[in-house]
Amino acid sequence: MINRLLSRSLRGQLAVTGGAILLALVVGAIVMVLTSPIITGSLDPWLWSEAYLALLQGATGIAIAFDPFSIDFTGFNGVIDTLVRATPYILGGLAVGLGFKAGLFNIGAQGQFLMGALGAVVAAIALADAPTVIAVPLALVAGLLAGAAYGFVPGWLKAFTGAHEVVVTIMLNYVALQIISWAVSGPLRAAGATFARTSDVGAATLPILAGSSGHLLHSGVIIAFAAVPVVWWVLYRSTVGFEIHTVGANPDAARYAGMRPRRLIVLTMSASGLLAGLAGGIEILGVQHYLPAAYATTVGFDAITVALLGRANPWGILFGGLLLGALRAGAPLMQIKAGVPVQMIDILQGVILFFLAADLIVRWVFRIREAKAGSVDELKTVTGSYGGSSATKG
Amino acid sequence: MTAPTPDKSAARIAAPALEMRGITKRYPGVVANDSIDLEVRPGEIHALLGENGAGKSTLMNVLYGLARPDEGQILLDGEVIDIEGPTDAIDRGISMVHQHFMLVPVLTVADNVLLGKEAMRGRLFLDQGEARRRIKELGERFGFELDPDAKVGDLSVGWQQRVEILKALYRDARILVLDEPTAVLTPQETVEIFTVLRRLAAEGHSIIFISHKLYEVLEIADHITVIRRGKVVGSRIPGETNEEDLAELMVGHEVQLTVDRGESHPAETMLRVQDLRVRSDRGGDIVNGVSFDVRAGEILGVAGVAGNGQDELVEAIMGLRQPSGGSITLDGSDVTHDRPRDLHEKQVAFVPADRHRFGLVLSFPLTDNVVLTDYYMEPYSRGVVRDEDAIAKRADEAIELYDVRTPSPTVTAGTLSGGNQQKLIVAREFDRDLKLLVLDQPTRGLDVGSIEFIHKQIIKKRDAGPAVLLVSAELDEVLEISDRIAVMYRGKVVAIVDGRTANKEAVGLLMATGGKGGSSASPPETAS
Amino acid sequence: MDVLFDIPVVGILFQLVDYMIQVLTINGAVILALAAPIALGAYCGFMNERSGVVNIGIEGMMIASAFAGWFVASMVVQAFPDQPRADFFFGASPALILGLVAAIITGMLVSAVHAWLSITVKADQIISGTIINIVALGATGYLIIIISASSPPSAGRFTPFNPPEALTDLPFVGWIFNMFLSQGPITMAVLVIALILNVLLFRSRWGLRTRSVGEHPKAAETVGIDVIKLRYRNVILGGIFAGLAGAWFTLDFGTSFQAGMTNGRGFIALAALIFGRWLPLGAFGAALLFAAASSLSIAIRTVPPTGQLGDILTAIPDQFWSALPYLVTIIILAGAVGRSVAPAAVGKPYERESAS
Repeated sequence: MINRLLSRSLRGQLAVTGGAILLALVVGAIVMVLTSPIITGSLDPWLWSEAYLALLQGATGIAIAFDPFSIDFTGFNGVIDTLVRATPYILGGLAVGLGFKAGLFNIGAQGQFLMGALGAVVAAIALADAPTVIAVPLALVAGLLAGAAYGFVPGWLKAFTGAHEVVVTIMLNYVALQIISWAVSGPLRAAGATFARTSDVGAATLPILAGSSGHLLHSGVIIAFAAVPVVWWVLYRSTVGFEIHTVGANPDAARYAGMRPRRLIVLTMSASGLLAGLAGGIEILGVQHYLPAAYATTVGFDAITVALLGRANPWGILFGGLLLGALRAGAPLMQIKAGVPVQMIDILQGVILFFLAADLIVRWVFRIREAKAGSVDELKTVTGSYGGSSATKG
Repeated sequence: MTAPTPDKSAARIAAPALEMRGITKRYPGVVANDSIDLEVRPGEIHALLGENGAGKSTLMNVLYGLARPDEGQILLDGEVIDIEGPTDAIDRGISMVHQHFMLVPVLTVADNVLLGKEAMRGRLFLDQGEARRRIKELGERFGFELDPDAKVGDLSVGWQQRVEILKALYRDARILVLDEPTAVLTPQETVEIFTVLRRLAAEGHSIIFISHKLYEVLEIADHITVIRRGKVVGSRIPGETNEEDLAELMVGHEVQLTVDRGESHPAETMLRVQDLRVRSDRGGDIVNGVSFDVRAGEILGVAGVAGNGQDELVEAIMGLRQPSGGSITLDGSDVTHDRPRDLHEKQVAFVPADRHRFGLVLSFPLTDNVVLTDYYMEPYSRGVVRDEDAIAKRADEAIELYDVRTPSPTVTAGTLSGGNQQKLIVAREFDRDLKLLVLDQPTRGLDVGSIEFIHKQIIKKRDAGPAVLLVSAELDEVLEISDRIAVMYRGKVVAIVDGRTANKEAVGLLMATGGKGGSSASPPETAS
Repeated sequence: MDVLFDIPVVGILFQLVDYMIQVLTINGAVILALAAPIALGAYCGFMNERSGVVNIGIEGMMIASAFAGWFVASMVVQAFPDQPRADFFFGASPALILGLVAAIITGMLVSAVHAWLSITVKADQIISGTIINIVALGATGYLIIIISASSPPSAGRFTPFNPPEALTDLPFVGWIFNMFLSQGPITMAVLVIALILNVLLFRSRWGLRTRSVGEHPKAAETVGIDVIKLRYRNVILGGIFAGLAGAWFTLDFGTSFQAGMTNGRGFIALAALIFGRWLPLGAFGAALLFAAASSLSIAIRTVPPTGQLGDILTAIPDQFWSALPYLVTIIILAGAVGRSVAPAAVGKPYERESAS
């Protein structure tokens, strides 16, 4: 009976997530129609269908046309793009989700991602003459260690001084930008480059699994997919996972039960940073191939969306990462074919989150029953007091 | 106002100042109030007696506009009124002193008292001078003077309660509701607050006094209404009833007011605390050189007013707080700097004071809560891999053995009643071989049945061998089951007395004054 | 003075203070202007957090307001190209005034969404702020791309006040007049707002009630204060300051809108609020300090310090100065420079009816 209850609340959550995505697409369509006079010069009530079809084609290679009706498969480029885009989202989402489980809101995945990228690039440049089998793993390890170190800092500050991780990680994101700017325009700057950037990662470039120029499937994708069951197992089958859950649900009870909340906070934030750093390393070694001084990316912020979409569950995060990857992969074609700027994806992302948070709207629209009282909901439980709350003892 | 005569017969004749008729309040799954009637006359101290969870607080929340009744009427001076919120209640002269004080610690006494009904200079600004003047005036009138500029957070609990009463008086309260006002007070402070209440009643105020303590109700009330499971089950006049009668009404069956603690057979010294010093969060030693022994097979009760160092003492013994000096010895070996887990592995068990905050993870199922301290050990895990089957089996056993009432071991701990939550903790902590059992407020907020069950379990466990250290703010509890009683006052053990011969008033005096009052509870043993 | 400068090790600190004073007297007006959006954002946070609502969406509120202010002003100019400019109030034109109003209203509207999510829906307040940041940055980024294709006209900006030279040339204090008076309307209002808010917080009924709601909402409710209403009101009123901060970007300091132009100022504002111990004047001081730190890197290039100090300062990379406000905030939060304690009820949704 209990299993039925649980699965009902799970079904409810899935329905809410699906409903939120659907409503966000509707809001996106309304925005497109309302702004169509500026985009196309006249009010176009069907701009949204054009845009969404282009998005679908760009993300999956499935081209649908209505007049006359046809369905075509245009090749694997779209799927490859989606997988490649999803890779850092999945790892970043796991990073943020892991934090949620311990009651920590790691807004710093962005900074940890950047530091991971920097770490990987430094190692890659140092290993320029090494064979790939050595350079790739070492550069990845350098990336994930750099990320872990950058996650360790807010974890340590939270555990031992009580400084709230949300504010500290926001600050560290900006500090990371400055560190990269300094490192890349100074010591790491490639000679002869027209703008401040490092030299290419060379031997540490991730091996390519499939694809053609511009749409290459690098081997980092495997790492991201493999990380999902690993994190799941740690969270739900190991004693450490139980400790993380306990600290997240009730740090005082954890301490009274003989666990070490401070250590766990530091450990979880470091592990979270490790995953985000790994994402950064993979992105540099597999996609970007060099680090510019002004590295424009929002992967670490998007990871928050992914984690919330997946409700901090690793399998949910896999889905959330693939969804956001698909949206991002399809967006350029949407801009080309329908003239709708890729920034539409940012709006969609935010609106999905809005409906997830305001789930009462979704429940009302789709007649989904209210969640059972007492069920843990990541969307409502991560904020504690901040700005000088007393440190967790023990 | 009516004539200021505290004469009880006169009070009974006067027309009721407040009537509540047929109040029903339902919450999902429970009927908190089931058609309750209540009449309170001017100048009367009316006690509302009932167990925890009987529905007293709900009824008062209805009266105060914090909860809306599903059915029923409230009449003030014979007129039906509608109370939509606290503002309505206050405007009509109904004020409430909540069990957990509704004071803002960072604000001053004057700010707290005037909050919501401020003295103004112009439309925007506060008139601080006028505020001070009013506080002084009220204090003089009712016989307790407060410094209007003192920060409330710095005041003692007893004085904070006076601020709460002042708040009510400032709002011209005619009907004053006090929710368990003595729960946090020493016997002496209780006497003082009773004096204040009698004075208020004499001036014509009606007082509703909520309590579950029988002797208190008999002492202070003019009239007693007893509530059980949301219903009024009886109405009594103090002169015509006694504790046994009230207890039976309150609980619904005949109760044994005291558990038979039996003979204890103390053996070797199990816990030795020597010259222990512990710093508080604010700095400074709040435990200031405490020494005592607890022998195997005996219960040492620690009595004291909350805030005299008991919490820190327990935390230090359990490894939750580092002592700043002294030593703790368990069965001959030093454990002063042990961590909670070390102690757990050395057969020390602990029932913490606040089961919601410290004892359980309310969002976890019972299964996980049962192994909260053992989850990492065989058979519940092998290496770092959890064994769900072993955990489920353990939960079934614990639930069976300690009579935890639950639909299933997989529901969350938060869905259980307080008594069953505490039984779950007791099951987790008691059900193994122990050297030392530390209990901090083990029955706080529980119903009589659960209290009795837990007291019996404690005595049973004592007879099985371990040393038991019982810390409780309920002096009655300490007196009832302890073999010896240590009284803590300002971070020191001021006396250790025999639990069977101790006299309540004398222990209360020790708690309040540290023994400087002169009298002694019973021939004090040496505080070793 | 030179005696102090020559003390080994410590002397360098005196040199630094001396140099900072020089920078302040020369760059005072720029520093205050750069501090304005940070301080205003912090006031927005103040209004939220003092009543118990966390706001990390200040950044999003600012960018939305900056866009709305610019967009409305630009639309008005497009419709009525001949804009009269007043010769008394900072050269105000109808377009600029309407833009300012639009910015303020936008700040309040976005704040109303935050209030609804945090107070009524009881969503996690940090997530609510995150949502506001994502949507605001995304929507303004989307709109500016499609709009700038038609290169819309600019409404210009409020012209800074020109204080009489008799004041600014005064010895020793002239630079203070220059700093506070050679400013546009929004920048000039920043200190005044801080003073008013500070006085109101401690001396007015609103301030007392706000503090009680932020510290112990249940206590406030039991004496008849409507916690929900006061929180809503304060959060929405706080939007005015986010709106002003947004307008500063496109109508006071600058004249055009770029995607992401607030560039983290909303987050520095949050830092300034914490640094300033949740007090408006404290936040103002913190904002000045942060602005001074970031303007130091410009000063070092334009007026390089001399001697030992110069050697050190020119060796420090620019990025260090840019990162300094963030690092300082972390140090403050970690309690290394005294503890800054947030209002007790911040971040906790208020549940009205108790179940027992």
